[in-house]
Amino acid sequence: MTVEQSIALAPAERANQLIGGELTEKSLRLHLEGLPGVDAVGLEARASDLGTRSIKTTSKAWALDRIIGLIDLTTLEGADTPGKVRSLVAKAMTPDPSDLSTPRVAAVCVYGDMVLHAVEALGAAGGPGGVQIAAVATAFPSGRAALPVKIADTKHAVAAGADEIDMVIDRGAFLSGRYGVVFDQIVAVKEACRRDDGTYAHLKVILETGELTTYDNVRRASWLAILAGGDFIKTSTGKVAPAATLPVTLLMLQVVNDWHRLTGEKIGVKPAGGIRTSKDAIKYLVTVAETVGEEWLRPSLFRFGASSLLNDVLLQRQKLTTGHYSGPDYVTVD
Amino acid sequence: MSRLTVLKTYKLYIGGTFPRSESGRVYEVATAKGAFLANAAKASRKDARDAVLAARAAVGGWSGATGYNRGQVLYRIAELLEGRRAQFVEELRQSEGISAAAAEKQVDAAIDVWVWYAGWADKYVQVAGNGNPVSGPYFNVSTPEPTGVVAVIAPQESSLLGLVSVVAPALVSGNAVIVVASERAPLAAISLSEVLATSDVPGGVVNILTGSPAEIAPWLASHADVNAIDLAGAGSLDWVDLQIAAAETLKRVLPPEDGVPLPSVERVTFFTETKTVWHPKGLI
Repeated sequence: MTVEQSIALAPAERANQLIGGELTEKSLRLHLEGLPGVDAVGLEARASDLGTRSIKTTSKAWALDRIIGLIDLTTLEGADTPGKVRSLVAKAMTPDPSDLSTPRVAAVCVYGDMVLHAVEALGAAGGPGGVQIAAVATAFPSGRAALPVKIADTKHAVAAGADEIDMVIDRGAFLSGRYGVVFDQIVAVKEACRRDDGTYAHLKVILETGELTTYDNVRRASWLAILAGGDFIKTSTGKVAPAATLPVTLLMLQVVNDWHRLTGEKIGVKPAGGIRTSKDAIKYLVTVAETVGEEWLRPSLFRFGASSLLNDVLLQRQKLTTGHYSGPDYVTVD
Repeated sequence: MSRLTVLKTYKLYIGGTFPRSESGRVYEVATAKGAFLANAAKASRKDARDAVLAARAAVGGWSGATGYNRGQVLYRIAELLEGRRAQFVEELRQSEGISAAAAEKQVDAAIDVWVWYAGWADKYVQVAGNGNPVSGPYFNVSTPEPTGVVAVIAPQESSLLGLVSVVAPALVSGNAVIVVASERAPLAAISLSEVLATSDVPGGVVNILTGSPAEIAPWLASHADVNAIDLAGAGSLDWVDLQIAAAETLKRVLPPEDGVPLPSVERVTFFTETKTVWHPKGLI
């Protein structure tokens, strides 16, 4: 078995309250490995059942507008430029120039060095209640960097004006059972999200479920991320297949629901990667509403990490307003 | 011992696969004398939408192939049609109530028309393109390029020859086609889709819908991702409304025709857009 480490972990209020006593690697492992196993067949059956609901006409119109309001419009390419970020921000503010009643997206999601360009482009449209700026940090997407580098990465993005930080966990450490390492890193990054005025940037913890291999691991990682102080748990980076799937998102929502019942705290969920059509996105809305309740369908508690999804939603929206099918020539190329 | 006949399920042809209608509907196809012949899928507007998606995805590859290559692929279909002559003759005889001789004549004509159009694939550009005289040190060249996704309402009579006469010309230049087959006699169209599926035509380049043109045509005419519509077989529909709907999204529209359209290179060039390129002459 693994070497017993009994060094005390970084203090995290939530974990102390829940696990109690002195928080150690051992007590954390006992807690996480003591979680009940996931009934994979039941989970997948439930998820596919939730995907069969028929959402039409006015419900569909509502759903489409809500989806737009929940999107983290994302560009995470090595080839990103300030110009690309500016056009992304323009699209976030005016998704459909032919119909100004289209709501704005929740946030734009960019690499840390692009945050200042996003801040500049957003101007007065940003800030509280406006379009948020999310930055990926901590050596995204692999997470393979030393902790001081990850902290510096995070601090830089926060200082540049990021409202939200999307961090990746160290999957290598998690899969080899070193939960304490992962825990400590999340706590440290959370601390790095602190601004000078004492407020915190929202912390989204990316579990990269495609690399966790089992549903049991997804459940453990979700608990771990929440215990360490994550405000959001996010499925994937979008760089690994499979990215977000409905069963995995359902499982994470169940953890969030359990946490809410236990502590009254509301944790957000963000499926990211692989959600490309309105039809898929509506399945997620149904799953959220039926698992944790409709109150989760707001940007502070649920997001879609997506880029091509927005165009498909706009096409569907145009179909509903004009009465005829629209085509890709009628939305922006990005 | 008597043997039960294995009846054929006639399905749609969308994106290189044979799905049933999304709506689950079928309608009865009868012989000319009114006896039951088969159940054919009755396509819905969502099938039409799926077909447009499949066609749009296929345009790039098909229009990007060289004219010579497209010509060879189309010619190969004629070869396969020749091999299936007996089946087409039988289906035409049953569904149109014509004599075996008339059916054979129609199949022959359809194959000949197909070959005729296939030959244009690497020639129409030379005929319709042009080097324009301009006053400046430039070459100025205009060439026809495929318009993209073409929706076609096939003629209601002569179900095979009519279909071939409207599908082939749109394909030649590199367009992807969605065709609504003859409502009364769709069997030949479905058999043609089996020929296409086993040929070298990429999936999605030809999509065949069976069902009611009156129901599907308005959705295709108003669809913003369809670039042109051929109303050849829409004479009995309210085709002026279809033209108006098509105009809203700037489509090219070919009006209805009586009977089967004759082979003409104009049908090929109609579904193209002219691209004009200026290129500086070397100042030697």
